[in-house]
Amino acid sequence: MENLNLFIRSIFVDNMIFAYFLGMCSFIAVSKNVKTAFGLGIAVTFMLTVTLPVNYLLNTYVLSPAALTWLSPDFADVDLSFLSLIVFIAVIASMTQLVEMVVEKYAPALYASLGIFLPLIAVNCAILGGSLFMQQRGFANTGTAVVAGLGWGIGWLLAITAVAAIRERIAQYSNIPAPLRGVGITFIITALMGVAFMSFLGIKI
Amino acid sequence: MNRQGNLYTIIYIVALVVVVGAALAFTSISLKDRQQANVEADKMAQILASVQITPEPGQVIDDYKRFITDTYCVDMQGNRIEGATAAFDVDVDAQSKEAPDKRLLPVYECTLDDGSVKYIMPMYGAGLWGPIWGYISVDADGSTIYGTYFAHQGETPGLGAEIEKPKFREQFDGKHLIKNGAFVPVAVVKHGLAPQGNEDYVDGISGGTITSKGVGAMIDNCLSPYSSFLENLQAK
Amino acid sequence: MSNKEVFFNPFSKSNPVIVQILGICSALAVTVKLEPAIVMGLSVIAVLAFSNVIISLIRNTIPTNIRIIVQLVIVAGLVVIVSQLLQAYAYNVNKQLSVFIGLIITNCILMGRLEAFAMANRPWPSFLDGVGNGIGYAIILIIVAFFRELLGSGTLLGFQVVPQSFYDAGYVNNGLMILPPMALIVVACIIWVHRSFNKDLQEK
Repeated sequence: MENLNLFIRSIFVDNMIFAYFLGMCSFIAVSKNVKTAFGLGIAVTFMLTVTLPVNYLLNTYVLSPAALTWLSPDFADVDLSFLSLIVFIAVIASMTQLVEMVVEKYAPALYASLGIFLPLIAVNCAILGGSLFMQQRGFANTGTAVVAGLGWGIGWLLAITAVAAIRERIAQYSNIPAPLRGVGITFIITALMGVAFMSFLGIKI
Repeated sequence: MNRQGNLYTIIYIVALVVVVGAALAFTSISLKDRQQANVEADKMAQILASVQITPEPGQVIDDYKRFITDTYCVDMQGNRIEGATAAFDVDVDAQSKEAPDKRLLPVYECTLDDGSVKYIMPMYGAGLWGPIWGYISVDADGSTIYGTYFAHQGETPGLGAEIEKPKFREQFDGKHLIKNGAFVPVAVVKHGLAPQGNEDYVDGISGGTITSKGVGAMIDNCLSPYSSFLENLQAK
Repeated sequence: MSNKEVFFNPFSKSNPVIVQILGICSALAVTVKLEPAIVMGLSVIAVLAFSNVIISLIRNTIPTNIRIIVQLVIVAGLVVIVSQLLQAYAYNVNKQLSVFIGLIITNCILMGRLEAFAMANRPWPSFLDGVGNGIGYAIILIIVAFFRELLGSGTLLGFQVVPQSFYDAGYVNNGLMILPPMALIVVACIIWVHRSFNKDLQEK
């Protein structure tokens, strides 16, 4: 129940795009058509779901203050939390590389459609943001981390697909003032959708 | 040496990690004391805020030492626990999740300039987005609230985040925690409503319902174990 | 490109935020108040300038296949140092910035400039490019934060600027400005104004 609540909230209330603007760079660049947007969304969801639990385990058993006591009680004073940023980003970057290699080898068709997005993901703020939020909020266990990662990923996927769909239509049918075309109007669409998503704020299951 | 070779790559990455790691460890160690001092000063300022004292910048530690005359931990029966962790170092977050009879309950005694003594108790709970925490101070009668301090990590600005504003905090001043000799926590209710019992209440924040409920639950959870301590104060 | 162009172009003509559309991620959430926005701007200028110089210095030694990871490690190291310094000397601001200091690492401006400029240029121009782009980013951040704090809270840098008589006459702060989506609207307005004057940047 707890996890279901977290899952729903991660998708709608804590939405990475509409509530925190994380991953905006690739969001703006790739939301021109639905197909590529969906592809990137899937890749982001996958990476969030994988890296969040890995980083959770690292954070709990290596990085947080006194986390190394399982090795030896002498380490009770060791606090490696200053390394957490660099460890998180290293995990994300190497995971990306790994996934890229595995996908290329075993699923060439998927690689052909996703391949170009994978390198982009290492520097997608949403992925690192997920890990940082996990650390800041002190998740209870690995399950929570998986659920939150999946939820945030799906929220991101939802956001980019929806905005891409709107942009496709707008490019065909609307007469937007020239200076606002492209990027400008995308910002406004995203903002308005963000306002709409705020109505989910009080959700509790 | 071949720049694209595997050996070069591995040596390169190892050297890089060692250099960066050393730089980080050095910064972290050399700044640690200062960071720790900041965290402590911040906590002291929060404690003082609950007795309506706002220290000048840089004066926090001096003011804390001047006004906070005693700190100790009590147990659920209201007895002082000797030899326990210093009240200031108690992890209120962890304690608030323990069973009430197992908790260490920190108390800060504050003596104001006019000689009156206030008792300050820490609280910790959950809001909508993340943790909320605060301090509440009562008069020597163990019942009348003298002042409160609330803080949050990431509540919605303009809605839940309003709990840290004086407008919300000042509602608590003068409310009573003991009615007819028994402890009842102050309730936080929707504007215009009243709770079912006879406890004192304050208005929650409109639009910040979950945060307001969180404040109510936090007061209930964190102050109830103090009931014997407060009732003892009143009996004195 | 002369050094002067390298330094001044990012202010307007090739502004990282509104023209190159980089670094929006970490930027918008810290623009509710002016003070964190300024600190964030300064932090990005510092990290960008130093990482540009470092990468430019070692650009000829980096193995191509791990280039991205090397860049990330150096940027992450600098970011951690900045965050440690803030915790020690600007504790309150650091509290307001919370995770967003860490997110400088994935600020696309950094990777963008490292790849596009520092990998191919000498240290001094790289330094200028880093500072220039950092300032270009900070300008946008400060403009957005200025409007959001003024209209949303009636204050600037925490000082009350909307006089009490306005409130007495029925003026209220626009609570909407404090909410996240308004940051995007303000940026969209800046883009609108900017592109009206720079017709060559308009799309289609």
